[in-house]
Order: sequence, then C-alpha cells, then structure tokens
Amino acid sequence: MVAGRLTGDPDWVRGMNDIFPVVVLDVRLPRILTAALVGGGLAMSGVVFQGILLNPLADPYTLGVSAGAAFGAALAILLNLGALGSASVPLFAFAGAAATLAAVVYLSSAEGLSSNSLILSGIIVASILSAGISFLKYVADEQVAVIIFWLMGSFASKSWGDVALAGASTAAALGVFLVFAREMNLMSLGPQMAASLGVDTRRVTLTLLVTASLVAAVCVSVAGIIGFVGLLVPHLMRLVVGPDNRRLVPASLLAGALLLLAADTLTRAVLPAEVPIGVLTALIGGPFFCYVFRRQQSARRVW
Amino acid sequence: MGFELDDIAFAFAGRPVLDGVSLALEGGRFHGIVGPNGCGKTTLVDLLCRYRRPLRGGIRLGGRRLPDWPRRQLAREIALVPQNFYINFPFTVRDVVMMGRHPYIPRFGSPSAHDVETVERVLAEAGVAGMSGRLVTELSGGERQRVVFARALAQDTPVLVLDEATSNLDVGHAVRLLGLAADQVRRQGRTAIGVFQDLNQAAAWCDRLVFMRDGRVAAAGPTADVLTPETIESVFGVRARVFFEPFSNSLQVAFRSQDA
Repeated sequence: MVAGRLTGDPDWVRGMNDIFPVVVLDVRLPRILTAALVGGGLAMSGVVFQGILLNPLADPYTLGVSAGAAFGAALAILLNLGALGSASVPLFAFAGAAATLAAVVYLSSAEGLSSNSLILSGIIVASILSAGISFLKYVADEQVAVIIFWLMGSFASKSWGDVALAGASTAAALGVFLVFAREMNLMSLGPQMAASLGVDTRRVTLTLLVTASLVAAVCVSVAGIIGFVGLLVPHLMRLVVGPDNRRLVPASLLAGALLLLAADTLTRAVLPAEVPIGVLTALIGGPFFCYVFRRQQSARRVW
Repeated sequence: MGFELDDIAFAFAGRPVLDGVSLALEGGRFHGIVGPNGCGKTTLVDLLCRYRRPLRGGIRLGGRRLPDWPRRQLAREIALVPQNFYINFPFTVRDVVMMGRHPYIPRFGSPSAHDVETVERVLAEAGVAGMSGRLVTELSGGERQRVVFARALAQDTPVLVLDEATSNLDVGHAVRLLGLAADQVRRQGRTAIGVFQDLNQAAAWCDRLVFMRDGRVAAAGPTADVLTPETIESVFGVRARVFFEPFSNSLQVAFRSQDA
C-alpha cells in the first residue's frame, strides 16, 4: 500500500477497503516514524551528554530539559491555551525546555562550563521546576489527568507534522554530532588535555550540549517524557561498537530508533491496554539497566 | 622554542596564586619548576599551555604572543602531560595515543601512514607497546601515566610540558620517561618544562631550575647556580646540603631533620 502511494500505481491498493490507506498512511505510519525518530534522537543526545559531561550516567534530561518541557506543557494545559491550536502544548514544552537550558548554561558559565557545574545547575533548576509542576498539578483540578498523561509520553495520534519536526531536528543533530565526533572523543580525556590538543573546549561543549538539548526538547515536546532510552542505548552500544563517537553516535541512533519502535509496537499491538510509552520504557529499561550495570561492576570486582 | 613571561598575575576567586612572575624559559633546555605545595606551579603550567589566561601580563612563545597562536597550531607546538588523568570511557591504549595526532589529521580525514608510524614508535619508546590493545579504564595509575606520556610524545611538538608527570611511576619507568624527554631536548633541540616535587629528580634531569614560593619566582637560572642550601632553606624551610654526585653526574641534595 505504501509502495502503491509511492509509485502511484493503483494495482497495489486494488481490492482493499477504502479506509485502509487512511489508517496506514495517516495514523500508523506517522506514529511509527515518530517513534523511531524520537528514539534515535534521544539515544544520540544521550551519547553526547555522557561524552561531554564525562559521566556515563548522564542522559538527555540531565540538564533539566525534561523538567522544563514538563513545566511548559503543564502550564499550557492548565491555562487551556487554545490560541495556537493543537500545537500549543508542544510549543510551550519546547519553550520551557529551551528556557531551562539557557538558565542552566548561564548558571554554570561562570565556572567555564565544567561538567560538575553543569550537572549541579541542572539538578538545581530541575528541582525548582518539579516543585513548580507539583504546584500546577495541585491547582489544576480537572486537567490534572491530562497533565499526567502528557508527562508519561505517547505516540498515539502523531501527525506528519510531528514526523517532519522530529525528522528535521534529528537529522540536523546527527550532522552536528558527526562533525564534532572526534572532538568529543578528545573531550573524554578531560577539558585540559582536549584544549592542549587544539580543541576549543568551550565552543565544542556549548555547541554539542545546546544541540543535544534541543533535540531532546523537540522529542519531549512531540512525544512527552520518555526515559531510559537516552541512558540505556548509549551504554549498550558502547559495549558493542566501543567508545569512539564516530561509530557510537550512528549506532545509538539506529538502536534507539529500533528500541522505541519495538516498545511502541508492544504497547499498541501486543498489550491488552495501551500503556503509556514512557512508563513502559522505564519498566523494561530500568531493570535491564540494573542488570547491565551489575554485570559491568562484577567484571571489575577485585576480591 | 622558548617562553617569555612578563609580570604575570593570576588569582582563583580573588585569592592571588601568581603575582608578578617574570621569567625567560629559553628553548632547547630542560627546565624544572620546583616549590612548596600551593605555590602556583600547576597554575603556571596551565598558563603556559593557554588552558587559563593570566589576569595581568603577557606570555610569548617563540616571540609571538600566546593569544595570537591559532589553537590547532599551538597544539603542534606544546604537548602536555597533566598531573591527574582520568578517563571514564573504555578507549584502548592505542586509541588514546592516536588522539595525540589529532592536530595533524584533517576533520574528516583518517590517520596517515606517518601518523600510524609515529604512534607505533612512541608506544615502543614509552614502553607501552605490550599493552596497546588494553582498555585505559582498566590500567593502574602508573600505567595510565605512561600512556598519557606516550600520547604527548605522539603529538611530536617542540615543547613538552610535564606536570609532575612521573609522580605515580616506579623508579624504573620514571628514569626511562625522563630520559626520553631529556633525550629529545639534547638531541633534537626541543624544550621540556617539568614541574617536580622531588628536588633530586629535578637536579638530575634539568639544566635550568625555577624556584617558586607564594606565587613568585624565588630564584631562577642554571641548576649549578641556583641549587644551593640557602635557596632550598628559604623556599622550603628545610636545611639541606648540595653536593656533586658522580654516578648520576649531577648535583644532588641531602636533607636533615630540623631538630637534629
């Protein structure tokens, strides 16, 4: 049927119900593509966050992007902003994420954007925002369910507009990450050593973190908060292809896309009721991460 | 290629670390920087490598102001072996040493035959060829320090800066690596600048010494001229005797406990 639409040959769709093309082309296909693009985008930005913050436990939300997006979305839902139509929640989510990022970068810039000050600023800003979200939920009454559902993430009812947005940002980010992949490798030697090898550490850090955060912000504003993909996938791929970012970034993009696609298919088609995708990834990803973490630790055990 | 420092000052959070440091570190020599903990030795190294910028004063490398050097070109002039090195990601030893070739490899290029050759050579010279396939995350502190030393050698620069580069090494490896650095100075006319805790190590390898105290230069010059009991006592506050030691063919220092 997709082939039929692409080739324009009516033979492909002969004998099918008229509603089928609509279901596939306007409901299923955008959903599938969005899931894959968001998964790839989150996994890839996870690689960048871990690499730049020199911390294997960092993820796309370390700088508070998710809390900012959640706050923006909750605000839009609460105020029932319909002025911008259905786009108002994603737009507010994105604005919240971008504002949070700016605040975190500003807070940590006095110390030259060191990984410690970035992580600390992220935690501070995120905890203020999560108190804000709690407050919004408290005053929300009826909309509280809407807010909670949005926060848990979903790929249901995604449009071609979402696909275009997620696709454009993921593709642009992939380009940026590949251009700076070797600098990212050098950054893992620490900022002093990277600088002595001719890396403009401040510019590279800022470019990569802003790009990675914006991808994460787009992903969150399209699909809600989906955890563990950005943490788990880079870890697994590092075991498979090694730590070289020139291979790790594309490998994580593909693996993240596959993972979210599989998770979304699972929740849509296999499970009796549709579980929010963010809950599913955390429920499966969390224990799996514990297993990987434990195995890595015991491989290094001394006694 | 030498450095000239003119009235350098630096401070951390308002606390002065360096104040009025003027110094000429001439090219083709092995310079040793010594002084008590917290006297500003490592900060001085950070300034020389342009990792930090002085609050006041100017530094020239080869007659050209340090800020005027393009980043990549500077990376072909100065290589650094830092005091602490820690890496969280499982790169192999060979990967890390190859990173030293970064300033020579174009953005989307691959290492040339010369890059690969250089890496193999320094792996052997630094005595880490046998572990070139191992992961740096699984090395001991001393092994890691040798890898970082090899990485700096791979950078193939006229100036080598060592910030307590042998602090974790056993005597065999320390002698071997300092010998490599001294060899580059003597045979190839390169410049080495090393921060040392151990005065005897500095005396054995360096032909110039800089004594620092409280962010200032207390004494600087040829080792034979400045390594005196008076300087050592005024800088470190310990009594010492300086004598020529024929086996190492260098001046050495003996200390005595203050109450004896």
